[in-house]
Amino acid sequence: MTSIEGALLDFKRLDRLATGDTALHRLDPRAKVLVTLVFIISVVSFGKYEISAMVPFFLFPVIIVSLGDLPVSYIVKKIALLSPFALIVGIFNPVFDRQILVQMGPIGISGGWVSFASIFLRAVLTVGVALIMVGVTGFSEGCNALERMGLPKAFVVQLLFLYRYIFVLTDEGARTARARELRTFGRKGMEMKAFASLVGNLLLRTWERAERVYRAMLCRGFNGEFHVRRSYSFGLKEIVFTFGWSFLFIFFRQVNVPWFLGSFFTELLR
Amino acid sequence: MSHHIVEVKDLHFTYPDNTVALNGISFRVHHGEAAAIIGANGAGKSTLLLHLNGFLAPTRGQVRVGDFPLTKETLPEVRRTVGMVFQDPDDQLFMPTVYDDVAFGPLNLGLSCEEVETRVKESLALVGAEHLMGKPPYRLSGGEKRRVAIATVLAMSPSILVMDEPTAGLDPYARRQLIAILKEFKHTRIFTSHDLDMVLELCNRVIVMHEGIVKADGPPTEIFRDDALLASCHLERPFSMQGCPICSGTVEALKQRIIHPDDHHHNDHHHDHDDHH
Repeated sequence: MTSIEGALLDFKRLDRLATGDTALHRLDPRAKVLVTLVFIISVVSFGKYEISAMVPFFLFPVIIVSLGDLPVSYIVKKIALLSPFALIVGIFNPVFDRQILVQMGPIGISGGWVSFASIFLRAVLTVGVALIMVGVTGFSEGCNALERMGLPKAFVVQLLFLYRYIFVLTDEGARTARARELRTFGRKGMEMKAFASLVGNLLLRTWERAERVYRAMLCRGFNGEFHVRRSYSFGLKEIVFTFGWSFLFIFFRQVNVPWFLGSFFTELLR
Repeated sequence: MSHHIVEVKDLHFTYPDNTVALNGISFRVHHGEAAAIIGANGAGKSTLLLHLNGFLAPTRGQVRVGDFPLTKETLPEVRRTVGMVFQDPDDQLFMPTVYDDVAFGPLNLGLSCEEVETRVKESLALVGAEHLMGKPPYRLSGGEKRRVAIATVLAMSPSILVMDEPTAGLDPYARRQLIAILKEFKHTRIFTSHDLDMVLELCNRVIVMHEGIVKADGPPTEIFRDDALLASCHLERPFSMQGCPICSGTVEALKQRIIHPDDHHHNDHHHDHDDHH
């Protein structure tokens, strides 16, 4: 159980990273949200078998991590934690798609394996950039940016509460699981009946706790708005940041840079 | 300064499952008064507190805070006047850092960034927790959490402080520290507690609740001497008013008369006794 609690504590660290004070942190969150969106759309819109063209996109997370002073190993661990989902999505591709796409000497690589790698790469890029952006922006400030960009307030508040209550839920869950573990005496496996009542109980308890948290918020004048500490404006820096990166992503999307460089050098060598 | 008054008139409340929690409660807490609401588990203390801030609406009767009756329209004003510290500080601390948490209230009041900053620093200083400013709440000890939770409420500069079991779960030192802090406050204060020694030390009025009604209301020294009343409400005298386990003298009694220095080391063990409670 400690491992789940540990992972949770570790996840909260992301929120604290966002309180840093680098040039990136000071940037208007809207600029960062926009750039992230362009990045994700560019990466996701690649063809099914594309791999090489995605490689230049790694430039962005690398630069942001170094400018934003984020701990690399921490981010890598978080991506690794989420990557099994991508693996599950792509795991059957090699089984169904057996057409040989690349021939490397005697070894033929099927389309399934290529698309599997492509899915995995995409997941790493998008999840990584999303995490990094939360790390340099903060969840509530990101939500605030979404609201100022025109997302209805109801959705924004939903999103914020979802994020807050994930911690509440996992806290309660960890406690319940610990209590169960202490009374199962090392017996593996969970009986279905016990599991059902445990989950039901968890839901009710989380509900009550969420209500108390909400009351505490109301007590302190919460009226549906999350305020942010810094005041932002969309200035020249933001314009340069947004358009610079966006153009670069679109360029990377249209031109396969590694292929272009490769053919350029082979041309030179000839 | 009439907005420092809390008045409850003939309050009735029945939960949706027909459990009667309050059965006609009336009292009036005046400006600067420190009142304790005591009673056994299930006597209705927490339900009563939830009424003072409008989280529950009475089935019958009325709550008045300051000059306003508590209604939907006055609710935001009342919540600003009444600062409520919850029993479990984990419910109250929900932002990523202590600073953000204390700033949450003032930001909601629409104060400027500089004003928010001074308020955060002032209220953390009041509870001796300035050094915790940058820490995340889940890394704090129980005593620190409690003090920060109080700071989050102080930052809203309420006129009335309502606290649910402020000393529950604290170690003796943290409890002492908290009592010393609460003693300094000039707010109108309402506590619920099972820590009757704290009540004796902090409050000039005790309201005893039992099964949804007010059984007694008076100064603590008077209430705590009425053993029949206490027993009928599942309560006991505070430890400092009970007999000394060694010689059956009470701290109180000993304070009143001068003790002979070598009277079986009374001074020593009672001094000790006093420190621990």
